[in-house]
Amino acid sequence: MLKVENINSFYDRTQVLRDFSLSAEAGRVLCVMGRNGAGKTTVLKSIMGLIRPHSGRVIIDGTDIAPLQAEEAPRHGIGYVPQGRRLFSELSVADNIEIGLMARGSGQDVRERVLDFFPVLRERFYQRAGTLSGGEQQMLAIARALCLDPCVLLLDEPTEGLMPAMIARIGEVVLKLKSHGVAVILVEQRVDAVLRIADRVLFVENGRSRETVEAEVLRKTPEMLERYLGVGQ
Amino acid sequence: MDFGPYLLLATLEGAVGAAVLALTALGLALVFGVMRIVNVAHGAFFMLGAIIAWWVADRLGVGSALNFLAALIIAPLAVGAVAVVAERSVLRRLNYNPESTIVATIGLLYVIEQVALMTYGPDARPVVAPWDFRIQLPWFGYSGYKILVIGASIAILLAVWWGLTRTRIGLMMRATQFDSETARAFAIPVDLVYGGVFAFGAMLAAVGAVLVVPIQQAHYLMGTDPLLLSFIVVIVGGLGSLRGTVLAAVIIGLSDGIISVFFTPTLAKIIATLAVATILIVRPRGLFGTRPT
Repeated sequence: MLKVENINSFYDRTQVLRDFSLSAEAGRVLCVMGRNGAGKTTVLKSIMGLIRPHSGRVIIDGTDIAPLQAEEAPRHGIGYVPQGRRLFSELSVADNIEIGLMARGSGQDVRERVLDFFPVLRERFYQRAGTLSGGEQQMLAIARALCLDPCVLLLDEPTEGLMPAMIARIGEVVLKLKSHGVAVILVEQRVDAVLRIADRVLFVENGRSRETVEAEVLRKTPEMLERYLGVGQ
Repeated sequence: MDFGPYLLLATLEGAVGAAVLALTALGLALVFGVMRIVNVAHGAFFMLGAIIAWWVADRLGVGSALNFLAALIIAPLAVGAVAVVAERSVLRRLNYNPESTIVATIGLLYVIEQVALMTYGPDARPVVAPWDFRIQLPWFGYSGYKILVIGASIAILLAVWWGLTRTRIGLMMRATQFDSETARAFAIPVDLVYGGVFAFGAMLAAVGAVLVVPIQQAHYLMGTDPLLLSFIVVIVGGLGSLRGTVLAAVIIGLSDGIISVFFTPTLAKIIATLAVATILIVRPRGLFGTRPT
């Protein structure tokens, strides 16, 4: 569904990703893990075209979108939930949802489906996004991305700063999306959350994709976490 | 004339100034708000609007009303086209860097002023008002055209507000204003929005100039005062706040007009500058400025 092949990405003159590759499949959750500064967020930004890779390919449904403008990624059905939510906080919930719908010309049926997913957003529909609680903001960030009716969803640390109940709720949402056939790429630091919802885990080290492991294997051999993250389960 | 009617006259004069200032400052505020660019060439776009209006009216010669209407359409479009060329050829190449674009727009200001001097010349020239009628009040008669300027400005401001808050293009502009990177992640063509906003900001200045040129005359240096007052308005209103900009334009335009009538225009500018200093001490982010998130 989505393939990243040997991309090299830079911030100014500093190379962050080196020959980085991954593949995401429909109905499966790929979790990208690594130490701070390993390049996880840069992977997602490079897929979205927010950082244009200097070389390599980002292929979705046979089209290489790496050389295209950043606006092309959402048009090809890639939804993005950035780190820190990055809502349009001065705009209303309704406006944030509308921006998601506009990205791919989605209809009102998509909007209703997304709001059914997150009923609390219906109650807060005309409220300013910046006034929502942290958990509600994260739901809105995910809802906004789902308004694209995406085939691939990129989530950058969606559980950051949230209470356990909300983390569990986000886990449920990811599993539900997976059951709907969405390919999910999740950047996450919380090992417990990852082991609960991921199908595969890709370890990143110094901007390189090191090893992809089935989550089942990782649950049985937690020492791999020690090797790449410096933590045990 | 008694004090009451004199104050009314001064207030009307101030309202005309505020109406034109609101349009000009709104253009500057939009460009700063969405693109984070301090457009020092904004006054030059204002001047260019007035000069093109004179040129259109002079060449057309089909009667003052039609001349003026043609100028009101052609001048903002022509200024918008110049702004698009400047945005594509200069600002985009500088990657909209805040510091570099200040220097670039200073250069643009000089280029436009010198081209105007070389082609239009140093003379001040009027455009005849489209309608010559006076509204007779019990104490004095007042230009109907000036009332029209106030009405037109209010109508344009309402249209801009409607466009920004009720249309998809407005939503794209506001999203770009708050977070351009996230806007790109939702297929908003940010480069196109930047080009459109820069052109639209310049066009608002040009509309203000066309409205004022039957009152003030077109001159190649006429952009300086509107530029300085617009900067004052945008700072007092709160950087990036459109409603703050309009409110500040009304306050500063009215005070400028009233003090100019009762005392001198120079004193009006001094008081406006002192007001800015005072507001910035009390409210460093202006009347409606918000903390960056």
